Amino acid sequence: MALRTPLYDRHIAAGARMVEFGGFDMPLQYSTIREEHVAVRTRCGIFDLSHMGEVRFTGDLALDVVQRLVTNDVARLEVGGALYGVMCHEAGGIVDDVVVYREAGGYMVVINAACRPKDVAWMRDHSDGCDFEDVGDAIALLAVQGPRAVGLISGMCPDDAAALRPFHCMESVVAGVRATVSRTGYTGEDGFELYVDAADASGLWDALIEAGGPEGLIPCGLGARDTLRLEAGLRLYGQDMDDDTDPFSCALGWTVKLQKGDFIGSEALARLDPAHPPRRFVGIELEGRAIARHGQRVLAAGEPAGEVTSGTYSFTLDHSIATASLDGDVPADAELSVDIRGTVAAATVVPLPFYRRPKGA
Amino acid sequence: MADLSNYRFTASHEWVRVEGSTATVGISDHAQAQLGDVIFLELPAVGTAVTAGTKFGAIESVKAASDLYAPVSGTVAEVNAALTERPELVNSDPYGEGWMLRVDGASAEGSDLLDEAGYTKLVGA
Repeated sequence: MALRTPLYDRHIAAGARMVEFGGFDMPLQYSTIREEHVAVRTRCGIFDLSHMGEVRFTGDLALDVVQRLVTNDVARLEVGGALYGVMCHEAGGIVDDVVVYREAGGYMVVINAACRPKDVAWMRDHSDGCDFEDVGDAIALLAVQGPRAVGLISGMCPDDAAALRPFHCMESVVAGVRATVSRTGYTGEDGFELYVDAADASGLWDALIEAGGPEGLIPCGLGARDTLRLEAGLRLYGQDMDDDTDPFSCALGWTVKLQKGDFIGSEALARLDPAHPPRRFVGIELEGRAIARHGQRVLAAGEPAGEVTSGTYSFTLDHSIATASLDGDVPADAELSVDIRGTVAAATVVPLPFYRRPKGA
Repeated sequence: MADLSNYRFTASHEWVRVEGSTATVGISDHAQAQLGDVIFLELPAVGTAVTAGTKFGAIESVKAASDLYAPVSGTVAEVNAALTERPELVNSDPYGEGWMLRVDGASAEGSDLLDEAGYTKLVGA
């Protein structure tokens, strides 16, 4: 039986269509994916992300341990700072992509629900001399995303949420609930992620919906989360990368800080040429409205050249978009197409992200 | 609620409404709700022969792509051109404006069609 987040009853009461994801029964959509997507791009949406895992590292060696686990340079984080990175195997493949928060007493690492058992075992095996705790069940995570998110949370929080910089967090209170308020997200919009005690999740959810409703806030499910993150050019573990993908091959080379010293996978990654990795990760726009989907074949001049990693119809741009993993030797100017269930659709490489929110919005 | 007394359904969630020798074809409200936001339809050209129980096209939503199966045999006489620009009509009005094909010389031979009550029972609504 699938696990439930502390907000499961709220999702059922709201009439959500539920789907199993990462071992949890999660809301796929409450209204329609399009409606929820548009709400986040133009107003505000609230997401239950309590399925995500959280792991805490504390003690004198916490920095050394996390620094060895993650490719990015954790040492540069001040308390209240966060960064995105990946954990690699010795051979350079990606165990998971993570967000690391520096807390007063150590580090909190946020991991994907579907990877949780694997990640926790991996971390435990590589956390000698450091106190390590899987706190995923005790923590609920709510995300409030969209151009009206800052106004909404500012009005519900005694501290200056609007002054919080991107990829920073603060210990505060939202609607009377103690929360780690983080200026992060997975939608391409401004907004917050709120880490709270599992027991406080329902009360905070209700308060956010009550306060945000008049501002156009609606609950959003995993369907919209996926279309939003793809427009924003953000990767999804298990689709865009996996245990056999090195970070350069999925355009995450910027998270690899070889100069920081040895970490797990650093030897293997140092042998790769960041400019010419084994595979090339690109964004493509497709001709027509058919959706390219994970695993479909990409062709260069009609010959097999790679695979689609993620694809969707972009509600913001009104055309079909995808990311693809191309063989390393495919020329940059190759004429690409995608075999969509037997029909070949022409594809054009475009810079990522597909969508960038307007400045000042 | 639409009056569906003239509609017959396939187990694969298409509907057909026969008037004289012309049949109109679409997908059920249940099917559109399961698919969610319809983005794209791949439909046959006018003049194409379709065969009951075999694939005549495909429908894509954000969530999934599904094949469409003909409830009747015959020749495609008309394709709903409005769906090219507005595939979401399949969501908003599956039994009306969201129709897909009109088929001439329609025959339901070889097709195991359900009436509204039978279909409702099938989908457990």
